[in-house]
Amino acid sequence: MTATVPVTVHPRARRRQRLRRRFARRPPAVVGLAGVVLVVLVALFATLIAPFDPDKGDYSNIFLPPLSPGHLFGTDDLGRDLFSRIVVGARASLLAGVAATALAMVVGVPIGLVAGYYRGWLDTVIMRATDVMLAFPFLVLAVGLAVILSPSLSNAVLALAISAIPGFVRITRAEVLGLREQDYVQAAIVNGAPDRVILFQHILQNSLSPLVVQASMTIPASIIGEAALSYLGIGVQPPTASWGIMLSSAQNYVAQAPWYALFPGVAIAITALSFNLVGDGLRDVLDPRTGR
Amino acid sequence: MSPRLAVTDLSVRFATDDGPVLAVDRMSFSVEPGEVLALVGESGCGKSVTAMSILRLLPSIASMTGSIALEGVELTDLSLPEMRKIRGRDISMIFQEPMTSLNPSFTVGFQIGEVLRRHEGMSRKAARARAVELLELVRMPAPEVRVDEYPHQLSGGMRQRVMIAMAVACSPKVLIADEPTTALDVTIQAQILDILRDLQQRVDASIVLITHDLGVVADIADRVEVMYAGHKVESGPVDALFAAPQHPYTMGLMGAVPRPDLAGGTQQRLQEIPGLVPVLHREPEACVFAARCPRASDDCLSAMPPLELVRPGQRAACYHPGRRDTPDQQGALV
Repeated sequence: MTATVPVTVHPRARRRQRLRRRFARRPPAVVGLAGVVLVVLVALFATLIAPFDPDKGDYSNIFLPPLSPGHLFGTDDLGRDLFSRIVVGARASLLAGVAATALAMVVGVPIGLVAGYYRGWLDTVIMRATDVMLAFPFLVLAVGLAVILSPSLSNAVLALAISAIPGFVRITRAEVLGLREQDYVQAAIVNGAPDRVILFQHILQNSLSPLVVQASMTIPASIIGEAALSYLGIGVQPPTASWGIMLSSAQNYVAQAPWYALFPGVAIAITALSFNLVGDGLRDVLDPRTGR
Repeated sequence: MSPRLAVTDLSVRFATDDGPVLAVDRMSFSVEPGEVLALVGESGCGKSVTAMSILRLLPSIASMTGSIALEGVELTDLSLPEMRKIRGRDISMIFQEPMTSLNPSFTVGFQIGEVLRRHEGMSRKAARARAVELLELVRMPAPEVRVDEYPHQLSGGMRQRVMIAMAVACSPKVLIADEPTTALDVTIQAQILDILRDLQQRVDASIVLITHDLGVVADIADRVEVMYAGHKVESGPVDALFAAPQHPYTMGLMGAVPRPDLAGGTQQRLQEIPGLVPVLHREPEACVFAARCPRASDDCLSAMPPLELVRPGQRAACYHPGRRDTPDQQGALV
């Protein structure tokens, strides 16, 4: 027991410290986290990092190969600097990933809480609705929704968020079903806690781990989703830089300028992979069954 | 003046797939301020259901009739928000399982404080300070340190102290203790009972103690209600009831307690009550205990005996009460 140690550190801080140590002991997770931090920094300081205006063409310099003077990644069919476009394109990707996930959580988690806690016909209706949505693959559903909405970044985010909601509803509900029978939830009821406190404090607080993991898996899915939507022309609209749009224009020139498709593809892959690695790491670290 | 808590003709039915089950049948009892009332009986006799009905926390498949009055206020008439104000403030409860009754995500101080903030409108800071005092009251070692710890850092006995601190935080009028010591080892049991007794005197609470442990009953109860299959079969002051149990079921319960102090006690086989507690589907037409009773006669099978005064203060629902039976059962009664 740690009881005899003079307590100078707050126990919550101590727990965080332990989790951090456990996370640090997993190399893939650390690599993933480094990747995430890098992408976030790039997106934040995109305009400072980008050497050229990402949207400005230069017809005298089209299809410059990578490592050309001044153009690290080369240029595209309009002579735009690919490095600058990748850097600025990180914004659309991250925004889509994070915003869609956050929106899906804000909507999905309360629905799951209500369904799992109150059960009854409401639960049945909610669960059947999510079943219907889950019958379609994530991307197919997002594409379908994006087609109905008009093409823009915010509508792409909306479509991705709606597609991600059922996952959050299901996971939250499953957690609630287990937690509502816990003695401490019963004890809270006996002590006169209103439903709001029971749901958002006692139950939600204890279902955070699977939700964090689900979020870290939804972010890369949404990033890929945004790229796919933009690629299909129903997401971000040209000339705005987005990795999906770059891929889509690059496909006509794969033979002439393979690097044009390579860089956005690699950017998407690295970003998605980084988030996935962090998600895996978090799942391992937050699972109480993993050894300390 | 009305008693602290009066339960009158409480009946609880459960609608199950196998038809209705009568879990509690016309149960009545009352508790006075400062009194410890023990509800005793084996598993499934309706003790906990009775406790949950007092708090109006029965599952939705249950239906309840009868009256439950707290200082004359009928609880069955209250709205849900009104009832929530009573829970944890006027009536609080201690559970059997201290290991799982605390939320693992919050410090114990926060959880004790939560009750105070809700019912007494205390600030976070004041609630924490009060939580430290309460932990001191339940004799938690190093309360200043423990208040900021999480449940997993505490032992079972300490967690039960926290539960008790939480339960008495608002100086409740009635404290329901559902098997408060069952999950603890014997030395801790004694400490917890000590704390309960001490606190009860400080806050002048009435305690409804639910237990199957007659040792605990003898230790802290003032009066005893013996329950069997949803019925009260015997009641009386603890001394009289232990000295001269009247109902054969009570005698059976006492025969099942190990008594190493008796001559040759360790060698003696414990008396068991043959059979199981019956599940009632409707009001019984015979004595509920008849099937397991050594004294059962024809009249026992014709109607459930009413609860009648057998000795001063002591009531039993039996046609053949008192202390006369086969010699071996006599021996168990001493």
